Amino acid sequence: MPAPPPGHGPALRVSDVDVLYGSAVSALRAVSLTVPHGGVVALLGANGAGKSTLLRAVSGTLRLHRGAITGGRVRYGDTVLDGRDPVAAVRAGVVQVPEGRRVFAGLTVDENLRSGGLGLGRRAPGQVARARERVLTLFPRLADRARQPAGLLSGGEQQMLAIGRALMASPRLLLLDEPSLGLAPRMVETIAGVIREINTQGTAVLLVEQNAGLALSLADHAYVLDVGEVRLSGTAAELARTDAVRRLYLGEQPDADDRGAA
Amino acid sequence: MTVLLATVLDGLALGAVYALVALGFVIVFKASGVLDFAHGSLLLLGGYLVAVLHGTLGFAGAAAVAVLATAAVAGAVDRLLLRRVAADPHAATVQTIVTIGVDIVLLTDLSRRLGGDLLGLGDPWRDTVRTLGPVSVAESRLAAVAVSAVVIGAVFALFRYSAWGLSLRAAAEDPEAAALQGIRTARVRTLAWCLAGALATVAAVFLAAFPAPGLDSGTGQIALKAFPAAIIGGLTSPPGALAGSLLIGLTEALAAGYQSELLVLGDGFADVAPYAVMILVLLVRPAGLLAVKGAARV
Repeated sequence: MPAPPPGHGPALRVSDVDVLYGSAVSALRAVSLTVPHGGVVALLGANGAGKSTLLRAVSGTLRLHRGAITGGRVRYGDTVLDGRDPVAAVRAGVVQVPEGRRVFAGLTVDENLRSGGLGLGRRAPGQVARARERVLTLFPRLADRARQPAGLLSGGEQQMLAIGRALMASPRLLLLDEPSLGLAPRMVETIAGVIREINTQGTAVLLVEQNAGLALSLADHAYVLDVGEVRLSGTAAELARTDAVRRLYLGEQPDADDRGAA
Repeated sequence: MTVLLATVLDGLALGAVYALVALGFVIVFKASGVLDFAHGSLLLLGGYLVAVLHGTLGFAGAAAVAVLATAAVAGAVDRLLLRRVAADPHAATVQTIVTIGVDIVLLTDLSRRLGGDLLGLGDPWRDTVRTLGPVSVAESRLAAVAVSAVVIGAVFALFRYSAWGLSLRAAAEDPEAAALQGIRTARVRTLAWCLAGALATVAAVFLAAFPAPGLDSGTGQIALKAFPAAIIGGLTSPPGALAGSLLIGLTEALAAGYQSELLVLGDGFADVAPYAVMILVLLVRPAGLLAVKGAARV
């Protein structure tokens, strides 16, 4: 496990980033965002707001979707990440857990975990062994199922495996894309606890969630994306009090007083 | 009984060599989604290199150089040609057609060089025949079985245990998720092409060895028999390719060995047998013998 660097300066710095898909469709416009070392930042927004696009811009997978960063910078620490491939992000310590888990269904649980350590190359065999121990401590269930095909795990277990696989590369910043999607409420709580635990161990988290209540309870800081632009940002507590956020993302009905005032 | 035994041995040897070809074909398809129609020409190139080099380098040296050179050419096809169209929405289809072009270019040039010649590869087995109990077998066939078994075993181990094998299997399932783990998918894929080229060269050596008269411009067409073997196996399954190849090899040998009893089916049924078997297998198991079953739970 990498020691968290001291201080709380920004680790991930996304500055004025524009993203185009297919050189015509604008998905992000002048988006800026920072994630401090060891912090948890939530990214909220409706479907199609550009949340996944932002994660792709950081992890270097835009090209797989025929997208590209056309302006601005993405930096992690001193490493420039825009225009680089996913290997660069992984080696810089930034690893993404994809939306929908995307475990390798035909590979065993154990092989899925091993695959997570491949990005480090042969540079750190000891590091991979330590990461593996950390993952199996976090998710003892994965140890029991090591030899089973990942496709036979339940949805919650697959989410654990997807997170565990990402942790195998000992990230300093974990990008989580909708980790609660499609999970039973009990499992959502479990995953939330795991995210808290991972963060306590020193890994920063950038969390994309539709479940704004969950996201705001985990995050220190949050951004709201709307049609490709940052609409709101602030501490999680501030945003949770904002009317727009309550109405749009926390599913609160405007009460009688509000209606009277309007 | 003796005839049966000899025929079965023959079929196994043939099947083992087909397996080298089919395995390369399957690995390339698994890694890149491309049906490599240039596989036969790559095989011919490998054989041709052994034929022209063995005089100066000796058989072992020539075989080693040919394996490496053919691997390099196969890797270059992927890296220099196929990768250029990787951004196309129908990349795999376009790339498959590109391999047809590569096949024509390679085959035309090699045919020009070979003319009507039959080239010997200078292999150490020559036309020695051993007697194993009641049957006599060409030593080259025994070597084919032994070498193929070792090479195929090594490929399976590589596939299962090495970082490259794991990367390939992960990328074949989900290229984006693999990329997110920091797996260099393009490199993994190029290495798969290299391996296929190397395997094809080993196959070429045994296809040109006794009892075949030598290497000629038609040797590459043998790949056409490995295609049905790969398809019988399920196209993405290396063990399936092995099973399919042995089945095809045995069928072909049996059809040739019992030609006189099979005259009902016409002369030269052995040549058609691989395709007949393929059609029969696909009628019963449309996805192939060992296609990966949907282990996914949604």
